[in-house]
Amino acid sequence: MTKGSELRHEVEDFLYLEAHLLDEWNLDEWFKLFAEGATYDVPTAGSADDADSSAELFYVSDDYFRIAHRVKRLNSPRAHSEWPRSITSRIVSNVRILGENGGVIKVRSAYITHRSKEGVTDMYCGHHLYELVRVEGGFKIQSKRTMLDMENLHPQGRVSIIL
Amino acid sequence: MSHDLVVEDKERGLFKVSREAFTSKEVFERERDALFHKCWLYIGHGSELKAPNDFLTRKVAGHEMIFNRDRKGTYQAFFNTCPHRGAKVAREACGNALGFKCFYHGWAFNNNGKYSTRTPEGVYPDDFGKDGSVDLARAPQLAQYRDFYFVNFDANAESLEDYLADATEMLDLVSDHSPNGMEIVGGAQDYSLRANWKLLVENSFDGYHAAETHSTYFAYLIDAIGMSVEEAMKAVSGGSSSYDFGNGHAAIEGVAPWGRPIGRTIPVWGEEGEKEIAAIVEELEERVGPERANRIAKRDRNIVIFPNLVINDIMAITVRALYPTGPDEIQVSSYALAPVGETPELRKRRLDNFLEFLGPGGFATPDDVEALSSAHIGYGNAEFAPWNDISRGMLKDFPANDDEAQMRVFWREWARRMEGA
Repeated sequence: MTKGSELRHEVEDFLYLEAHLLDEWNLDEWFKLFAEGATYDVPTAGSADDADSSAELFYVSDDYFRIAHRVKRLNSPRAHSEWPRSITSRIVSNVRILGENGGVIKVRSAYITHRSKEGVTDMYCGHHLYELVRVEGGFKIQSKRTMLDMENLHPQGRVSIIL
Repeated sequence: MSHDLVVEDKERGLFKVSREAFTSKEVFERERDALFHKCWLYIGHGSELKAPNDFLTRKVAGHEMIFNRDRKGTYQAFFNTCPHRGAKVAREACGNALGFKCFYHGWAFNNNGKYSTRTPEGVYPDDFGKDGSVDLARAPQLAQYRDFYFVNFDANAESLEDYLADATEMLDLVSDHSPNGMEIVGGAQDYSLRANWKLLVENSFDGYHAAETHSTYFAYLIDAIGMSVEEAMKAVSGGSSSYDFGNGHAAIEGVAPWGRPIGRTIPVWGEEGEKEIAAIVEELEERVGPERANRIAKRDRNIVIFPNLVINDIMAITVRALYPTGPDEIQVSSYALAPVGETPELRKRRLDNFLEFLGPGGFATPDDVEALSSAHIGYGNAEFAPWNDISRGMLKDFPANDDEAQMRVFWREWARRMEGA
C-alpha cells in the first residue's frame, strides 16, 4: 500500500466512525471528535465551497460553543423536531485527501443521508469538507463544512439533524 | 361551503376557525382567486437589483417571474415565459443582462420586455409584434414602498399604499434602521413545510408558543448572552402590544432578552459592542427623534403583511415570503435584511443572531416546522375534532403579544375576502 492510500484508509475509518455515532444518536461521543475551537457549518443549498458566513446567510454556522449547545439541545426531549428521534442512515463515500499542510489534513467526502420520521423519508445529499488534525491514536476535526448539493430544502424543510 | 369557516362570538370572547380552512382543496383553489390573484404580493427588495440590467427570477404565487431593471434602471416584473411557445426566457437565479433570449427557438427580448428577434423578411407579416402582442407579458401591477417591491395580478386592484393601510408604519420602522438604506444579505433560505400556509402565517407572529415550543433556544440564549435568568426576565418587562393596521395587516411588539444589532446590546458583546450600539442609537436619535429611535432600537416586532409576507424585526430582520403549492405544502423563501454599511463585526453578529434562532438549521425554526406539520397531521381528524381556537385575549381591551388578537385580524380579512369571492 502506498503512503497516500494508507492515510486515506485511516481517514475513511474515522469518517465511518463519525457517521456511525451520528446514526446511533451518540452525540456526546460525536462531539468528542472535535478539537477545541472547532467549527461546524452548513451554507445554504447550492452555495460555493468558499461561502463566507460573515457576509452570507447560512443554515448553520457554529463555533465550538454553539456545537456544544447543538448537542445539548438535540439530547433534550424538548428539541421537538428530533423527538421522538428520527431514524437516520448516513452513507459516506468518494473520500479524497486534498492535501496536508502544517499538520492539517484537508479531506473531501460525498454523503447521502436519509432521515425518516412521521411516515416520511427525506434525503439529503452533498459533500463534506473537513480539516483534520492528528492526535494520539487518530484525528480530531478542526472544521467541518457540510455542502448541500441540492437547489433548496424542498421537501426536507429543515437541517435539524447533524449531517 | 356548507358553513362558515371562521366563527366569532364577540360577547363571549370566542373565536373559532374550521380545520377545513386548512385541508380543503376547494378552499385552496378559492384562495388562489380571492387572495393570491387580488392582493399585493411581495416579489423582492430593491437592493437585490443593485445596478441597471440586473435581474432575478422568482416564483410568486405559483407564477414564474422575472424581477429586473432595464437599461435606465427602472424596476420591472415580467412573467417568465416566451410568448412564442412558453419556455422560460431567463433560467438563472440572477444575473445582469441587456435582454433575454429563449433557448428553444431563439426569440429575443430587450430587458424592457420588447420583442427584438431578427427574422428574415417575409417570414412574419411586416407589422409583426408592433402591437406588443409578442412582448414579454408584464405583471399587471408592480409598485414599491420603502424599497419593498410588490406585484398584483389584478390590474384593477387598489394602489399599494391604500392596500398597505397603516402597515406602512411598520415598513417605515424597519427601513429607518439605517441612514444609508437597507439591503438583503447574500443567500436565501429556501425550504418547504408539509402544512397549510396559514399555519405558518399564524406561527410567524405567535408570541404565545415561544416559551413552550422554543425552551431549548431560550436555554441556549441565557447561556450565550451572558445574563442570568433574573436579568433576562427584567429585560423583557417592557410591556407588549398587538396592532391591527387594517386590511388584514397586523403585528405584535415587545421586548425579548436577545441582543438587537440595531440598538440593544447584551453582555457577551462586551464594552466594544456596547460602544458600537450606543453610537448607532445616538445616530438614530438625531435622525428620527428619541421616542421613535427608542422604538426602532429597543423593541422587537413580528409583522404580517396580508396575506403572506412576514417581516420579523427581532434578533435580526427576516423577510419571509410563503406560498402554498397545495393545501398541505408551503414553499418558503427567507432573507436577511440589514443596514447598508454596517460594520463587519455587527454584520457577523447579526447573521449569528439570525442563525441561532431562525431558519432550517436554527435552534427554533425546526421545532416550528415540526409543530406545524404535526398540527396539519392532526387535521386529519377534522371530522371529529373540527375547530381551532383563536380566542386568547379576546376580552382584553389591550391584548398583549402572547394573545391572539393579531391572528384574528388576519382571519377576519381572510373570511371577508373568501366570502366575497
